[in-house]
Amino acid sequence: MSETTSQSGSSPRANWLLAALRRFATSVLPFVVVIAIWQFASLFFPRFLFPSLIDVFWRCLEIFSSGAMFADVLSTIFRILAGLAGAFIVGGGLALVMVRSRAVDNFLSPILTLLQGIPALSWVVFAIIWFHGVEFRIFFIMVMTTLPAFTFQVLGALRAMSRDLMEMVFSFRPTRMKLFRVMIAPAILPDILTAWKVNLGNASRVVVVAELVGATGGVGYQLLQQQQLFDMAGALAWTLQLVFFVLIVQGALTLIENTAFRYRAVSERAI
Amino acid sequence: MRDTVTSDEAAIHLDHVSKVFGKPGSAEAYRAVDGLDLDVRSGQMLALLGKTGCGKSTIFNMIAGLTEPTSGTVRVSGRDPFGDFDSFRGKMAIVFQNDRLLPWRSAIENVELGLEMLGVPAAERRASAQLWLTKLGLGGHENDYPHALSGGMRQRVSIARAFATNANILLCDEPFSALDESTAGRLRAEFVRLVKENGKTAVFITHSISEALEIGDRIVVLKRPAKIAYDVSFDAATDQRERELIRSRIGDVLAV
Repeated sequence: MSETTSQSGSSPRANWLLAALRRFATSVLPFVVVIAIWQFASLFFPRFLFPSLIDVFWRCLEIFSSGAMFADVLSTIFRILAGLAGAFIVGGGLALVMVRSRAVDNFLSPILTLLQGIPALSWVVFAIIWFHGVEFRIFFIMVMTTLPAFTFQVLGALRAMSRDLMEMVFSFRPTRMKLFRVMIAPAILPDILTAWKVNLGNASRVVVVAELVGATGGVGYQLLQQQQLFDMAGALAWTLQLVFFVLIVQGALTLIENTAFRYRAVSERAI
Repeated sequence: MRDTVTSDEAAIHLDHVSKVFGKPGSAEAYRAVDGLDLDVRSGQMLALLGKTGCGKSTIFNMIAGLTEPTSGTVRVSGRDPFGDFDSFRGKMAIVFQNDRLLPWRSAIENVELGLEMLGVPAAERRASAQLWLTKLGLGGHENDYPHALSGGMRQRVSIARAFATNANILLCDEPFSALDESTAGRLRAEFVRLVKENGKTAVFITHSISEALEIGDRIVVLKRPAKIAYDVSFDAATDQRERELIRSRIGDVLAV
C-alpha cells in the first residue's frame, strides 16, 4: 500500500507574512522608483530645477512643525471638505428630485452638462467679479466645479437600484424614512463613496486655483509665494501636503468600504 | 370605506377586474387581465395556475397593491390594496419568485425587515426572526450574508421573512420554480404545513399542475388574457383517483 501526503513547505503564518510583504512591496515600489529617479536627477541638475528630496523632506517637516504654516494646510483642507460637502448636499438633493420627476430631469440635465464644461479657471474669474468675500468665493468655486459630477453620480446610483429589491421592500409598506434607511442608502452607498473618491482628487486640484482669488493663506497661496521665490523645494513640499491629505482621506474611504461592504462575495478569479 | 370585515366576507375579492398595459385603445395596448371575477375566502389556499404570460403575475401585483387595475375592483379584507396601500402594513406578506434578499443584510436581518417596518422593538424582532429561521432549518446561519447561502437556503430565508410579520394574507409568486425538484418538494411541504398551522389565506401562483395539486385546496386555471377557465376545490379527503381526474381536466384546459 502506498500513501502520499502533501505538506506545504511553510506554516500559514509565514505564508500570510509573505503575502503581506508582497502586497506592501507592490504598493510601495512605484513610489520608490519615482523617488529614486528624482534623487538621481537632483545630482545632475541645478537645485531650482530638481532639488534634493532631503531638502524637500526638511521643508515638509518645517510645515508640520510651524503652527502658522500648518494652519495654511488645515485651512485648505477645510475649504476642500466644505466645498465637497456643499456640492454633495446640493447634488444629492438635485438627483433625488431628478429621479422622481422626468420633467425636472429633462430641465436640469442639460444645465448640469453645460456647467460641467466650464473650466475651473472661468469659475475663478466669475467668482472674483460676482462676490467679495474670499472664503465665499472659494466655496462657490469648489461647489460649482464638483456639483455636476456629484449630481450625475448620485442620479446614476439611484437609477441603478434593483427594481426587484425596491418592490420587495415596498411590499412591506415602509414609511419614506424607513425606505431610505433600509433600501436607498445602503444601495447607493458604494457609488457615493466612489463619487467622493473621484471628486476629492478633482477638488484638491481646483482648490489651489481657487486660492489664487485673493486668499492670504492656504496651500494655493503658499505655492504662489514659492513660484515668486523660484523655490522648487518649497513648491514640492506644499504640493506634498495636498497629496498626503488626499492619500489619508482615500485610505479612510477605503477603510469604510472594506467595513461597510464586507457582505460582498469575493470571486477567486479576478476580472 | 369600511375598516371592519365580517367573517363571511371574502378575504380577497376581484370584481370584473381588467388590466391593460400601454394606452387603452392604442395599437400598443396589451390586455393582460380581462374582466376577472374571483373570490378567495379566509383561510383558503388558492393555487393560480396558467401558462407563462397568461397574466398570473399581473393579478398577483394587483392583489399586492403594487399595480392599479385599469377597471374593476380589487378588495383585500374589504379595502383597496392600491389606494389604501399603507393600511396593509403587516397584513400582507409576499414570497417572490426569486428570494430578493437585501445583499447588505445578514440572514437574520433580512428576516427582521418586515418587523422593522412595523416598528417592533429590536429585541423582540430579533427573537422572532431567530424563531422563524430555526423553524425553517436555518439555525446557525443567522449571521451569514445571502451570497454565502445556497439558493434553497436563501428562499427559506425569504419564506421566514414573510411568515415573521404574522400577516394574515400570503401571496406567493412561483417561489420554488428556481430550485431543484428535491429542494422545491421539501420546501413546498414545509410551506403548506406552516400555512395550515398558522391559518393563513394564501394565493400561490404556479405553472406546475403537480405543485398546484400539492399546495392548494382550490385551483383556478387561467387562460390568456387572465380569464378563469377552470375552478376546482378539493381537500385532504379527496382520493388519488379524483386528484388524477382533476389533473387530467387541468391538462385538457391548458392544452386548448
